[in-house]
Amino acid sequence: MIKRFAAQLIGTVVAAFARALTGVLPNWRGCRPDPRQRVYFANHASHGDFVLIWTVLPHALRRATRPVAAVDYWGGGVRGFIGREVFNAVLVDRSGATQEPISVIMQAMQQGASLIIFPEGTRNTGEQPLLRFKSGLYRMAQARPDIEFVPVWIDNIRRVMPKGEFLPVPLLCSVTFGEPLGVRPGEGKDTFLDGAREALLALRPGRSAA
Amino acid sequence: MSMPSEAQLLFMGVGGVLVVATAIGRWLAWRAGDKPSSLVENLNQRIFAWWVMVALIGLAFLFGKGGTILLFAFISFGALREFLSLTHTRRGDHWTLLTAFFIGIPGQYYLIWIEWYGLYSIFIPVYGFLVLPIVSAVRGDPTRFLERIAFVQWAVMIAVFCVSHIPALLTLDIPGYNGKQLLLVAYLIIVVQGSDVLQYVFGVLFGRHKIAPVLSPSKTWEGFIGGIASAVGLGTALWWITPFSPVQAMGMSMVLCVMGFLGGLVMSAIKRDRGVKDWGHMIAGHGGMLDRADSVIFAAPVFFHFTRYWFTP
Repeated sequence: MIKRFAAQLIGTVVAAFARALTGVLPNWRGCRPDPRQRVYFANHASHGDFVLIWTVLPHALRRATRPVAAVDYWGGGVRGFIGREVFNAVLVDRSGATQEPISVIMQAMQQGASLIIFPEGTRNTGEQPLLRFKSGLYRMAQARPDIEFVPVWIDNIRRVMPKGEFLPVPLLCSVTFGEPLGVRPGEGKDTFLDGAREALLALRPGRSAA
Repeated sequence: MSMPSEAQLLFMGVGGVLVVATAIGRWLAWRAGDKPSSLVENLNQRIFAWWVMVALIGLAFLFGKGGTILLFAFISFGALREFLSLTHTRRGDHWTLLTAFFIGIPGQYYLIWIEWYGLYSIFIPVYGFLVLPIVSAVRGDPTRFLERIAFVQWAVMIAVFCVSHIPALLTLDIPGYNGKQLLLVAYLIIVVQGSDVLQYVFGVLFGRHKIAPVLSPSKTWEGFIGGIASAVGLGTALWWITPFSPVQAMGMSMVLCVMGFLGGLVMSAIKRDRGVKDWGHMIAGHGGMLDRADSVIFAAPVFFHFTRYWFTP
């Protein structure tokens, strides 16, 4: 009970802080914030990424939407509490030592949760805007053609909190939701992943966020 | 410093103008029925935002010097954030940006609070301009160094230094005008923003010939002449809230309106260069903080120094 209350309070505080810092607003360009099961796949540049997506989702959708996060970062301590209780994260072990990440993810989808996932697999700290996607997204889309896969471009967060820094700089960020997609009949892995990657890149705002 | 009685009259006047504007906006929307044009919708958004902005300024004035300084410190924060969001800084500038936000803004406004004119007028153009590139250089990334530094320096100049000269008016010791300096802040804002609004109105009603089609397609000669002439008229008519004579008030408002117009032009050039239409989305109908404040930003330091040079001992 107290735990639940603390989690809600922290969630509200985190969202308010993210808003005050980044002035983030959602841009529902390709779909509406409908309460249906979805997988939001986004570019990954900072630990703040899923916090921003979560912040701009309507309250009703927040509870049903779980970020997929690495257990080695979000597993223990304060981050563990925030990850598990506040964001209700689906924790995966990227080394695959205990359980294959993909089966943990599939299980969460079976339970009806919407997911936030970063198909690049790791934070992109280089110069190129988006890394190649891992194949997990294809396997998810193939297994669940009934679920909408929504590309989500998060702009500017990399400059707010670059890798290795601990104090965030207040800069404006935006979150753009694109048109849902899925695996077309007969579509192969590479075609699907390239298409999904292109769809995500197409959401970048006119200005570059180098 | 409490709110002078003239200020209450002033707010009643502004409130009256807003009531009339709201009535006109509602009437236009009602006349258009189901499909109000985007122009009318934008007009009503703008008028609503004006109510909020006037209420915030009124609230700040109730708290006197402290409230006013705090309000403009927050405006500086919003403006600096918008400006720096559009620039190409790199990872090596992280601490430079932190310095600009968390030392630049509090430092500048603290110096205005303690009225240390000798330091607040050089804090950013001297110390800031030297320290910011040092912080970036220490991180050792030379890629596009001059460009990155120039962006940050311009950002603090525009968003912090220039904006801070609005509350800095409160520190001016004008003989026979003590305790009334809040009226100078109100005068600056009313004349410059009035000029913006009147240029917009004249432009929408009569605009034919564009002044700067590339930089700012909405600026027309008709809007410029009609807007500035009427805003100078407004500035002259308000001489009784200033330490100026009517003729001096006319000269001052002329300078304010022209600086405001040119400020808008410069800021448009920066937006075009960065490929955006608005600085942000903080104020519905207007765009970002900088879209609304660009004219006042350029007018404020000039107004401050003209007033200081000619009207303080």
